[in-house]
Amino acid sequence: MHEMSIAMSMIEIVREEMRKCDAKTLRSVRLNIGQMSAVVPEALSFCFEVITKGTEMEGARLMMDVIPLKGYCHTCEKEFEIKDYVFACPSCEGTSIEIISGRDLAVVEIEVD
Amino acid sequence: MKISVVRNILEANDRIAQQNRDLFTENGLLVINLMSSPGAGKTSLLEKTIDALKDDVGIGIIEGDIQSTQDAERIARKGVPAVQINTGGECHLDGNMIRDAFKEFDFENMDLLIVENVGNLVCPAEFKVGEDFKAMILSVTEGDDKPSKYPLMFRESKVLLINKIDLLPYVDCSLDRIKEDSLKINPDLSIFEISCKTGEGLEEWYEWLRERIKNREVIS
Repeated sequence: MHEMSIAMSMIEIVREEMRKCDAKTLRSVRLNIGQMSAVVPEALSFCFEVITKGTEMEGARLMMDVIPLKGYCHTCEKEFEIKDYVFACPSCEGTSIEIISGRDLAVVEIEVD
Repeated sequence: MKISVVRNILEANDRIAQQNRDLFTENGLLVINLMSSPGAGKTSLLEKTIDALKDDVGIGIIEGDIQSTQDAERIARKGVPAVQINTGGECHLDGNMIRDAFKEFDFENMDLLIVENVGNLVCPAEFKVGEDFKAMILSVTEGDDKPSKYPLMFRESKVLLINKIDLLPYVDCSLDRIKEDSLKINPDLSIFEISCKTGEGLEEWYEWLRERIKNREVIS
């Protein structure tokens, strides 16, 4: 369970961004969570709720978009969705695959007052 | 008011890990982040590796555990410097902990630093500490279904050591399945079949590691 450290890093970023625009309350936070990140959304929600209690972030909605795992084949230069964590190109069977999405763990938007 | 942000949640850790990495590179160190489940044999592998390499390689070990100093004591008995980190509940090591622990070493004559992460097949894979590469151990007693259950760790590792192969006759575990499934997730994975108990397969690992250390010195 490392969602607590993730939640702490997340609210650090949110707090910084709120300060930048002089915001008083936080309404919501939107995150991108890659399919291949070791984060359990429910656990993260729970940790977020616990550590924001009594702060300017209390009650904010946490929205998480799960980003599918996609790869780029260096052999045939095609992009494709990686299914069942098989890192081989469905077109040319090449195995030199770069992950282009699905490892995300990012704050993408906040809504504040 | 909606504000577009787009910031990596782990940016603070990544930044510290990069600073660690720069410091390690400046000092010509090869740094390995060693991960596995609890009880897979991380400390035993370190003991064996230290015995084999310590005469001609300067080694330092950082031990990560939730609690206790037993592992660092085991390593210290081998005559190499060891620093214990107790995370007090955290399931992984991060860049900050490694930065602090590294200050304890006299790293002038060190070539190789191995960070033994907290025993856990999930969380440590997500946090960089400044390593050159990650290595993992899977013991055959854990079962051959682990690569498909914990793909991130197998993807992130450069090396997979399959330990306790002396126990294969007693467990329902297929080495072929472990290798096949791991290579689907990570086609570039280097795999070693070893037994820290009997010593089988360890020579190949030492050889591979020596080669890495040598190449490392050439680069720096």
